[in-house]
Amino acid sequence: MPQGQIDEPAGGPADGRTDRRPAGELEASVLAALWAADGPLTPGAVQLELGGGLARTTVTTILTRLHAKGAVTRERVGRGYTYAPAQDSPGLTARRMHAELDKDEDRGTVLARFVSDLSPEDERVLRTLLQSTGQGTADETP
Amino acid sequence: MIFAVWLPLLMPLLAVPLARRGAEQLPPRTAAWALTALALVLALSSTAALALLALNGALRLPFVAALGHLSPHLLGDGSPATVPAAVLAACALTALGASLPRRAVRHMRELRAAHRQFGSAASAGDLSVREDERPDAYALPGRPGRIVVTTGMLRALSAREREVLFAHERAHLSGRHHLFLGATEFAVALHPALRGLCAPLSYALERWADESAARVTGDRALTARAVGRAALAARAASPRPRLSLTATAGPVPRRVSALLSAPKPAARALPRALAGLLLACVALSATAAMEAATDLHDGIEVAQGESAPVGHGD
Repeated sequence: MPQGQIDEPAGGPADGRTDRRPAGELEASVLAALWAADGPLTPGAVQLELGGGLARTTVTTILTRLHAKGAVTRERVGRGYTYAPAQDSPGLTARRMHAELDKDEDRGTVLARFVSDLSPEDERVLRTLLQSTGQGTADETP
Repeated sequence: MIFAVWLPLLMPLLAVPLARRGAEQLPPRTAAWALTALALVLALSSTAALALLALNGALRLPFVAALGHLSPHLLGDGSPATVPAAVLAACALTALGASLPRRAVRHMRELRAAHRQFGSAASAGDLSVREDERPDAYALPGRPGRIVVTTGMLRALSAREREVLFAHERAHLSGRHHLFLGATEFAVALHPALRGLCAPLSYALERWADESAARVTGDRALTARAVGRAALAARAASPRPRLSLTATAGPVPRRVSALLSAPKPAARALPRALAGLLLACVALSATAAMEAATDLHDGIEVAQGESAPVGHGD
């Protein structure tokens, strides 16, 4: 198994760098793609969704590994499989956890969140900024 | 007791506004280190000053004096403020001593609870997915650290934008950014006036992670778009703006515009002047605390009869 591939920071970011990322990072990207999709995906669809940076066989390997771990479910369709994220049955407890975290005003110490809340003025400025990049809020189509 | 002992207690009032100005001029990584170091030095100096004030008063209690084999009347007259100041300082120290361990324990418990929650279910690699339509994402420090992202956030972003998000959170984890936040939180607990350093610090850490994500993905505009769209999606999902510490600061638009502008070499003159001032504040604070300690020590030696009262003076 091609596990533990090395991510060389000295190698620098270049095109096609996706294939040499650590296995854990690839698994994260693939699982995220499945969660973001509306329905089950074939390995080919996952590859397409991820922008083609990964070889088809790599995607298949990762999906198989995720399935073995129980993070995704699969169903046979024709000669292959389609994959869907394993629904988290104790989702209720996760929501309760969220509520608990929300209550705590000191959470900032523990967790660094990706984005903080926006004021109405922030929102206006942000929309202008994004529009000025030319691609604005348009969907990303690589 | 010389007046120097008051300096470390008051210094944060001067240094915090200066530091807030200065941090904006610095590269994010430098700013994060500088703010954290500043907070720690100022907090420890002020706590030392509190201890000295309390000790100075305590030495006048007969049984403490007896313990130290010194004669209280040789300690000098002491200003009329000595006793009230000592009582207040002792109260403050007691409160700190009681609250710090409680805070620490609570943080550890929260972290462990969060890990128990997200460690197993719906995870792959360093990612834990939480089923929740509200877009949200954060880095959960620990061994190993995890990236927790809601399904709402995953759906709000494109595949490449999700890579930005992951790179950003991985930068938080590998840079151990929670230690900066924790150290500063500790400093704020020691001296509340340092609270003003929290917002600039968390902004510097976010910028640091943004720049790191831009380097990993090799695309600044993409990174800006990911941050901006994530914030807009989160806002759309919560109809009323939630009350938060950062509600007025508007850090997200600043982060996005910083990413959209080319990385600029830091302007020279202003930061140097500010840095000089800040260094002076820090040095003054620490020196004053040490000076006060030396002064008290000399006073004790005199009171112990080990040196003559006139021996100290120049």
